[in-house]
Amino acid sequence: MDLIRRFLLLAALLAALPALAQEKFIVVASTTSTEQSGLFGYLLPIFQKKTGIHVRVVALGTGQALDLARRGDADVVFVHARSAEDKFLAEGHGVRRFDVMYNDFVLVGPRADPAKVSGGGDILDALKKIKAAGAPFVSRGDKSGTHIAELDLWKLAGIDIAAEKGPWYRDTGQGMGPALNTAAAMNAYILADRGTWISFKNRGELAIVVEGDKRLFNQYGVMLVNPAKHSSVKKDLGQAFVDWIISSEGQKTIAEYKIGGEQLFFPNAK
Amino acid sequence: MSEALSAALALLIGLDSKLVEIVLLSLRVSLSAVAIAALVGLPLGAAIAVGRFPGRQTVIVLLNALMGLPPVVVGLLVYLLLSRAGPLGALGILFTPSAMVVAQAILILPIIAALSRQAIEDAWREYEEQLCSLGAGRVNAALTLLWDTRFSLLTTILAGFGRAAAEVGAVMIVGGNIDGVTRVMTTTIALETSKGDLPLALGLGMILIAIVIAVNAAAYLTKELAQRRYG
Repeated sequence: MDLIRRFLLLAALLAALPALAQEKFIVVASTTSTEQSGLFGYLLPIFQKKTGIHVRVVALGTGQALDLARRGDADVVFVHARSAEDKFLAEGHGVRRFDVMYNDFVLVGPRADPAKVSGGGDILDALKKIKAAGAPFVSRGDKSGTHIAELDLWKLAGIDIAAEKGPWYRDTGQGMGPALNTAAAMNAYILADRGTWISFKNRGELAIVVEGDKRLFNQYGVMLVNPAKHSSVKKDLGQAFVDWIISSEGQKTIAEYKIGGEQLFFPNAK
Repeated sequence: MSEALSAALALLIGLDSKLVEIVLLSLRVSLSAVAIAALVGLPLGAAIAVGRFPGRQTVIVLLNALMGLPPVVVGLLVYLLLSRAGPLGALGILFTPSAMVVAQAILILPIIAALSRQAIEDAWREYEEQLCSLGAGRVNAALTLLWDTRFSLLTTILAGFGRAAAEVGAVMIVGGNIDGVTRVMTTTIALETSKGDLPLALGLGMILIAIVIAVNAAAYLTKELAQRRYG
């Protein structure tokens, strides 16, 4: 074991040499929706130019991103599931949470619309109809922010999805993009965040069927991981990122990010 | 499919600097992993081939079984090891190419060790008497056989390289697929698939296959040249 350890150390050190020469950076644990929508690709170069700090984004589901930070492997978390974020704070892993921006979830479904929900503005009503019709529905099933939001909506609709789901409910355990690919392939309904949907290319027969319901609100928050709990956290650099993203300049940059003229995220830091 | 081909061609013709960076990182990571795994795996395979020790058969079965190590499991283990909360967390190399090299080296070490063990053991059976009559000890015999079977061992190493270059599960977890830092060919393909840009993903896949073919062709040519020169 000792030999293996020594070997690993040596290999790691050898391979780490070029990395050591790199300048200052932080690791941000964030969600697939912010990464895959292209927001970071737009935002981070601007932040880097201003501060010289490189931001390394690890894009995971919200649950996984928080778990990563719980182990001290990230300096900042940037996620979207309030209940999970509050739990993270209560455990002492985060310093303080700030609202950053919002967009909304949309219910996406096949144009043929077997559950007859298209055009409705009531997401709970739509979910009830989908279940009644037994129309295929794809769930993320990966403890991501979108998955947590979906579960909350089923609960609000008075449906105990864990107990009442049938073969029509496909739990895929995948990120937003792969889940959309799955839904496109089997013409299923799926709850998606608008950002990923707008930038998603393989839509097939899918289109938005329900949107605009207040309950589809999707808030993103940012937190510095608690340096008192995780000594490896780069406190100053991480804080600089948090401060910038909620500053008027950071907020303006978020508002400026558009795909095909459509704004993806709406800044709302207080 | 034709869309994918044109995407691949556009990428190649444009010689996108980002793509070049990703390809070079892929090669750097997988070739480093192969080098480390070969340095450890070949002597290990030779030792097991000519050595006689209790539990040898168990070791062989285990080694053969480990060739099927799932990349995700290796990724998870290396992640837990390198995580700040893990035993090697102080190194701070999680989410760097180094972590990816470690994960891939572990993944392909059993492949190189197991296949080289078999090749060398076959040669050992054939030449054992001869080597012993020349008074070669087991260490010398192992060294001689390593040299004699070098062309089979090259294929063994290529098998390891193929596995390293093709896997996505381990590097995704320990590298984090960070743009410009740990994004390699396979994780890029996974990402583009996630975005629903299937032609681009497939185009990148074609480039990856072309690179693997190029590496194999280079190895083959080297071997042919060497064989012709040294017999």
